Formats: sequence, C-alpha cells, structure tokens
Amino acid sequence: MRERTWPLPTYYFTLLALLYLPLVILLVFAFNSGTILVFPLKGLTLRWFHQLFATEALMRSLRNSLLVAAGSSVVATVLATCGAIAFVRFRFKGKGLFITVALLPLYVPFVVLGVSLLLLFSTLGIPRSLLTIGAAHSVVALPYALLIVTARLVGFDPHLEEAAMSLGANYAHTLRRVILPLIAPAIVAAWLTAFTVSFDEFAIANLLVGREPTLPVYLYSQLRMTTRLPLVVAMAALVMVGTLSIFVALVWLRRVLARTPVSAAARA
Amino acid sequence: MAEQRARLWAVLAPPALWLGALLVAPLVLLCGYSFRSGIGGSLFGDWIVTLDNYRTLAATPSFLELLGVSIGIALVVALAATLLAYPVAYYLVFRVRARAGMYVALLLVPFWISYLLRVMAWKVILGSGGAVNAFLLWLGLIREPISVFFYSRFAVVITLIYVWTPFVALPIMATLYRIDRSVLEAAASLGATPGQRFWRVTVPLSLPGVLAGVVMVFIPTVGEYVTPLLVGGSTGAMYGNLIQDFFGRSANWPLGAALAVVMLVGTLVLVGATSRISQVERFIR
Repeated sequence: MRERTWPLPTYYFTLLALLYLPLVILLVFAFNSGTILVFPLKGLTLRWFHQLFATEALMRSLRNSLLVAAGSSVVATVLATCGAIAFVRFRFKGKGLFITVALLPLYVPFVVLGVSLLLLFSTLGIPRSLLTIGAAHSVVALPYALLIVTARLVGFDPHLEEAAMSLGANYAHTLRRVILPLIAPAIVAAWLTAFTVSFDEFAIANLLVGREPTLPVYLYSQLRMTTRLPLVVAMAALVMVGTLSIFVALVWLRRVLARTPVSAAARA
Repeated sequence: MAEQRARLWAVLAPPALWLGALLVAPLVLLCGYSFRSGIGGSLFGDWIVTLDNYRTLAATPSFLELLGVSIGIALVVALAATLLAYPVAYYLVFRVRARAGMYVALLLVPFWISYLLRVMAWKVILGSGGAVNAFLLWLGLIREPISVFFYSRFAVVITLIYVWTPFVALPIMATLYRIDRSVLEAAASLGATPGQRFWRVTVPLSLPGVLAGVVMVFIPTVGEYVTPLLVGGSTGAMYGNLIQDFFGRSANWPLGAALAVVMLVGTLVLVGATSRISQVERFIR
C-alpha cells in the first residue's frame, strides 16, 4: 500500500509560485518602457534605472535608510552581545525580568511601541528625525540579535574563559581574544538580521519620521502618484537584489555556525 | 567576587539602561498619559488624573467595534495562515528531509523582501489597471476595470494571510522535527492507519508549534495599521488606525494612549497565558 504523495509537493510549489509572483512582476515592470504599470508590456528599457539615480529625493531616502539601518544595527548588536554575555555567563537577581523586557519588542504591537516613543520624544522635546527612528529600530532589532548571540554562547564551554584567565589574561583581554572571536559568526548574523529589520521597517518609522524620510516612508508617499510608479518599481527591484544578497549571506553563515560547533572553533 | 560584580555591571548596564530608557520608560509614560485629562500643558504641570479617556473609550461603540473587528481579523488570519502552513511544514519535515534547508530558504526569501513592495506588486496584479483586470477585459467578461480586489476589509485579510503563511511554517516544522519517529512506528505496528497516525499522533504532538504560530501571527496582526492603509480603503480600517489617527490628524494623545494601553495589556495577557505552552521565542531565529 503506497500513500499518494503528489498533493503535498504540488501544494508546496503552488504556494511558492504565489509567493514569487509579485517579485517577478516587480522585476518585469522595472524594465518595461510604458509609464503605467499595466499589461500588455510596452518594451524593454533601462530608462527607469537611469532616472532613479537622478531622482535626488529617492537617493536621499535610500541614503537615510542605510544610515539608520547601519547605526541602529550596530547599537543593537553591541547591546545584544553584552546582554547575551550577562544572561549566559552571570547569575544575578532580576535575570528573568531582564530577559522578559529584552524580548518585549517581539510582543508589543509596533503601533503601540511607535506612539509611546513618540510620546517620550515629544515630552522630552526631542524633535523627530532619523535619530529617533534609529533609536526605535535599535530597540526593535535587539531581541533578534540577542536570541542569535545567546544561542551561540550557550553552546560554548565556560572553561575556555577560565583557562584563559588562569593563564593570566584579564577579563577584557579574555573577552577580546577568546569570547568575541568564538561568537563572531553569530555576531555577524545578528548584525545582518538587525540591519534588515531596520531597513524594511515602516510602521514605527512612519510615526517617528521627521523631515528626512527613510526609503519605505518615501516609497509609501510615492505610491499614490501613478507617474512615479515605474521609478518606485525599479527601486524595489534594486532593493530586492540587495536584500537577497544579505539573505544568501545569512544562510551561508548559518551553515558555518552549524558546521563548526564552538569546541571545534576553539581548537582552530 | 567584587571583581565579578564589576564585570557583570560592565556587560549588563548598557543594554539594561538602553531598554529602560527606550522601552520601559515610553510604555510607562504611555500608561501615565492615558490617565491624563486635556491635551495641552507641560509634562509636569497640569497632570489631572482622570479615567475620562477610558470612559470615552467604553462609551464609544465604534471604538469597541473596531477592537472586535481587529481581534476577529487577527484570529482569522492567524488560524488560516497556520492551516495553510501546516501541510508545507509536514511536507518539508516528513517528505523532503535531506534538502529541507534549501526548501525552507526558498519559502522565506519573499518574507525578506520589503512588505511594502510585495503589497505594491499585488496592486499591480489585482488593481484596476492590473493583470487580472486586463485579462478579464480582454476576454470581454467585463466592460470596465473592477476594483473588488482592493480597498476592502476582505483585501486586508487576504493580504495578511498571504504575508504570514510562509513564516508560520517555521514553528510548526520545529515541533514536527522533535517528534520521535519510533512513536509513529509504534502506532503503525499496533495497526494504526496512516490517517490515524496523523490525526492521533502527529497533530497532537505538534500542537505547541501550532499555538506558537498562531500567537506569532496574532500579535503583529491585531496591531496592524499599515496594511489597512495600503489595501483597506475607507472600509478596511483596524484598531491600529484609530491609535495612529489620535496621534496624528485627530491629535488627542491622552485618548490615543488609552486605546494603545488597552491593546498593550490585551496582547501581553495573551502572550503570558500562552507562553508556557508555546514558548514563542524558542522559534525565532
């Protein structure tokens, strides 16, 4: 008696096709010479990409997004690494509370987090800007980074640290020469994840944006203007390629992490 | 020991202070604001503590109705996405096995592409100048473009289900991987049919992952305000849009804060109630 096996793969690949359809459509229209996004297609062109780089507001918002993502992801990764070391290597009162608060951004709806930060900044008289968006993103990305680094730290033997210290290294030295190199792949993975979280984030950025928009905020403002759509689509295609390369890097990193358990990495 | 303390503080203080200032403080301030009367005044002056905002909330049927609608939408989306994702997770864990990593990566790539862009693409496909309409016009089935696909509550639900389905496969896969195969073999040797093995063994054992999936979709969905802005039109608004509105155009921050606190407390209670079983953070990578 054989089970029928075809429905499951058919289902999986149909779902996959549906997931990729919009991405393909975006790519196709990025090269379509017609000015409106309708079928049938008009012809091939690279015009939108030329115009794209000449559209200052768009390039500026891209630069803003890169700045915010770079800044917030570095802050989130550094803080998450500190937090992970404290959580895995130390015993202290309020540990449960600490980890609950650190993971809270995963559970608080973004609109709630966004408006409460808006309240905080306006109460303190801090004007909305890229800095306020970056501050918010550092908090939002922190739990992701924390979970990634924690998972790596848990897998590695505390005796390695003790060995280094008993050989005369002080704690700062041990941290720099033993702990950080061992968890380096996880730190990179955490940073890439935090970067993407920030780069794509719209709901909070839209509430905290000042005069300078991030890319998603700018794209949103352009969605209503039909004449700008081909440009937006070309931008979307570019962003897609960028995001995909980060994704591939992450998959590769995860392979590295899985292949080299920390004990092996320590020997190397 | 003192040295140990100093080291602990060196690594614990930065994240703790950062989270205190940018996460705990704003949420506390939000709660404080929700009991405040009037919208003017400085931070420390004019604090008249009042329950007026909550009274207004409870006395305004449209607020409660939207809250109900949002919970309903989030439930429908969470359940539908989980149901749709289950066969995928099952297929990847029990059939694909060796190359499952590749298959999962393929599933998650679209999830990494900006949400805004994907919704925009669907607009191109389903919108009034889109592919479906062009096709129907060409067939002669319709005379002019129709817009039923966009700008409605229905569109919001469909879009959200579409967005979350691949993501939910992850927690379900995690629990399916942990099922001991010998349990299934034991069931088989005791005469259970494949159907019985699936419904009486596999499904019950995978329930923690299913619950985690439902919670992981429910929380971001119930607080949505972006998808309704993009595809909801005038009839597709959700509770999150109310909150955003009170902090934007309508500018009544204390009332908006009260609405936000209700949502915050609701979601935290839900997470607290289900965390024992689902352990959501275990599934986030």
